[in-house]
Amino acid sequence: MARTGRATAVVFSFSLFLAALISGAIHCGSAVSGVAAAADKPAANTDPVELLNVACDPTRELWQDINEQFGKIYERDTGRKVTIKQSHGGSSSQARAVNDGLEADVVTLAMWPDTDLIRRSGLIAEGWEKRLPENSLPYYSTIVFVVRKGNPKQIHDWPDLVKPDVQIITPHPKTSGNGKLSFLAAWGSVVTRGGSEDQAKDFVTKLYQQVPVLDVAARAATMTFSKKGIGDVHLTWENEGQQEVQDSKGELEIVYPPVSFKAEPQVAWVDENVKKHGTVDAARAYLEFLYTPVAQQMIAKHFYRPNSEGDRQKFADRFPPIKLFGITAVAKDWDDAYQKFFNDGALFDQISEKK
Amino acid sequence: MMHDHRQKGKGFFVNRTLPGFRLTLGITLIYLSVMLLIPLAACLWKVTQLGPAAFWAAVWTSRARSAYFLTFSASFISAAVTSLLGLLIAWVLVRYEWPGKRVVDSLVDLPLALPTAVAGLAYSALYVQNGWFGRFLVPLGIHGTYSRLGIVLVLIFIGLPFAVRAVQPVLESMEADAEEAATLLGASRWQTFWRVILPTLKPALITGFALSFARAIGEYGSVVFVSSNKQGETEIAPMLIVSKLEQNSYAEATAIALVLLAMSFGMLALINVLERRSRRHYA
Amino acid sequence: MPNAVATLTSAHVTAAARHESAVARRVLIGLALNVVGVLIVGPVALIFYSALENGIAAYWTGLVSNPATLNAIKLTLIVTPIAVVFNTLFGIAAAWLIARFRFAGRTVLTTLIDLPFSISPVVVGLMLMLIFGRLGYLGPWLQKMDIHVVFALPGIVLATTFVTLPFVARELIPVMEALGSEEDTAAISLGASSWQMFWRVTLPNIKWGLLYGLILCNARAMGEFGAVYVVSGRIENQTTTMPLQVQKLLEQGNDADAFALASLLTLLALVTLGLKVWLERKTRRQLAAVAVATGISEQAAENIHIQ
Repeated sequence: MARTGRATAVVFSFSLFLAALISGAIHCGSAVSGVAAAADKPAANTDPVELLNVACDPTRELWQDINEQFGKIYERDTGRKVTIKQSHGGSSSQARAVNDGLEADVVTLAMWPDTDLIRRSGLIAEGWEKRLPENSLPYYSTIVFVVRKGNPKQIHDWPDLVKPDVQIITPHPKTSGNGKLSFLAAWGSVVTRGGSEDQAKDFVTKLYQQVPVLDVAARAATMTFSKKGIGDVHLTWENEGQQEVQDSKGELEIVYPPVSFKAEPQVAWVDENVKKHGTVDAARAYLEFLYTPVAQQMIAKHFYRPNSEGDRQKFADRFPPIKLFGITAVAKDWDDAYQKFFNDGALFDQISEKK
Repeated sequence: MMHDHRQKGKGFFVNRTLPGFRLTLGITLIYLSVMLLIPLAACLWKVTQLGPAAFWAAVWTSRARSAYFLTFSASFISAAVTSLLGLLIAWVLVRYEWPGKRVVDSLVDLPLALPTAVAGLAYSALYVQNGWFGRFLVPLGIHGTYSRLGIVLVLIFIGLPFAVRAVQPVLESMEADAEEAATLLGASRWQTFWRVILPTLKPALITGFALSFARAIGEYGSVVFVSSNKQGETEIAPMLIVSKLEQNSYAEATAIALVLLAMSFGMLALINVLERRSRRHYA
Repeated sequence: MPNAVATLTSAHVTAAARHESAVARRVLIGLALNVVGVLIVGPVALIFYSALENGIAAYWTGLVSNPATLNAIKLTLIVTPIAVVFNTLFGIAAAWLIARFRFAGRTVLTTLIDLPFSISPVVVGLMLMLIFGRLGYLGPWLQKMDIHVVFALPGIVLATTFVTLPFVARELIPVMEALGSEEDTAAISLGASSWQMFWRVTLPNIKWGLLYGLILCNARAMGEFGAVYVVSGRIENQTTTMPLQVQKLLEQGNDADAFALASLLTLLALVTLGLKVWLERKTRRQLAAVAVATGISEQAAENIHIQ
């Protein structure tokens, strides 16, 4: 009798352990989604709403400002309080996480393939690009150079990057949007100006051999360059570069190469998750807010190039002119680009092998 | 590590007068199954879905090979250096009396208690250009951060307690006879060390080496702070696994993880064999 | 000849046989101190120095004014006790089983318990993703039930528990073996029930070893990085533990705060060390007493308790 009593005690305590874990899981789940655990119950009209914005790495400051403004406006318009949680990381890493179950209500990643990866796993509906104005592109950006004060190595254009003792900082293409964009910009800088594919291959091979550190994502690369003082030139987002230069108190300068890649960080809400959380309206309102003049001004303030119809020209003099090319300049389309450059065994892997 | 200590004359027969066999057996088996065996089985199952050809293709890419080589060599070098340093420190702690000895003795265990991320943070800050050590070493061309040297350094830190604690008890229990005999027969101090003391220490040194090696193979948290994340240079196997994960290549990540596991299990088995041998030596 | 040998083995020859010259001694001690200084003291000193570089006020504000940091501390303080408690319960059960009974598969069990030591933390995270991720084996079912494991607290708890699984068991098994089963058997034969034996006899005997394993488990659990990194999801204020937050702060360029948080973890490590030393002395005394009582050499008793 004592033995069965003990055995029951074991089973009981282990069930307690599992129950604790499960209730923790449910609690956390509902904390993130902001509704009770019963999935399809529609939220009451004045319940507070929580959104999870899974974003790429360098956009922290932008979203801080936007979230604050949106919170005020949404409450004024609908009477509901909205809290927006942020998660930042390398764009491709974030896409993977969302596919694995990170319950993003909206995704604001660096480039189309990352968002499309989420569509492919069934979480975002087909044709998501058309749901928001301008092909779901509230702002666009590009890749520029940041150099040390006075530009001692005289870096003005892409070929200067592979000068003998120039060290380049850029993130790892496999995990970071910035990383892939730098690669594509470098490749395109050759082929859009009359160079052959072989010359482009040579160029990027040399370039990556002069990269001492491949950080996982954009912000870490910024820190490596500006805080740790490693490298002579930093290939980064325009907005990240501008902010970096501002924060550096004169120690760094921004250099605009004559050509670069047009980065198109499209935004989307994640259908399956917003349905589950009951946040469809809030998520849509959040993303549509990005196109309003108020938001576009904040976007420009943070050095992202506004893309909303009316605001594009308004801030034109804030941004130096630069010739931008898109994905079709370097490959047939994104899938083709991935096959050529970023998939396993493709070009980046090949040039990483060379010593 | 686990050892089967059989002592004559003590009650280590199947003791059914003591209660709790079924209970503790049940708890242990359930816990180990849920926490350990099922996750491992999941890994194996995932890999079987690959099929042998795809498995081989995944684990034998050039990138994976570089990662294995780096992991293995960095762990090997750091374990070797750690063994030597461990011998030095253990010697000095056991053989001599000096002020502050107790403090140093306790400090040796710090790497066991310190979070790996903190270790990585500190090491990367120390050897970077304007760091405390870096400011002297970098001008000399010695880069202790974002380099293979950086990885080896941090692995030495991680493995040090194992090496010291493996040798220390052996040194403590060493008897003076053999040394005295050697001196009587005219051996110099160095000869005594080399011919008499060192052979006695060999099993312990090997154990220390194996323990630090095993510890170093899977290390991630500290290495991630000092690695430059470049294939073929500083991308160790655990980092490659994370990278594959981040790309949604689950099957490949698992395949490489299994190779890593095989390396570690091999080491574990070796350690157990060595331990058993050294126990026999001292029984 | 025998007489000559007899006179030669006098104290000063013994001394000469075991001691290097004073110079050699100093050199070796100096070398060892340098090694320890560079490898161990240096990093610790740097952490405290960098944390306090801008003054105590900045140190304090850095820690308490950042909600992400506070939440990270909170999360670590929630996850760690859970992992430690369950591993302790398991450790006691496993130690009792392995130290007191002989049965087929006993060595297999001991090897299994040691397994988490040789599994890289990122592989632990990978295993959890394979099972609990949305695309994992239990994924669809978990999604249907709206249960969150990865990217939420349970995943972090599981990862931490796995990694620290062996600590308590490994400490208790040698202690229980060295203690022997006499007292426990005596209690039973004197009529005590199982629980009485456990609470009144076994537990008090193993309490120092238990505490020792507990603090090691605790230190490791609070500092776990790799496994949590994989299952965390980087949701600010929600799934970031202290070590992860250190990395985040560093990524954000907030060096001072990163070091401040790291200094908390380092403090914990130093406290753990201190407790370890104190407890080691206690177990040593206890094992020595047992050795005297049962006649095995004290050194053998200690050898059981290595590491």
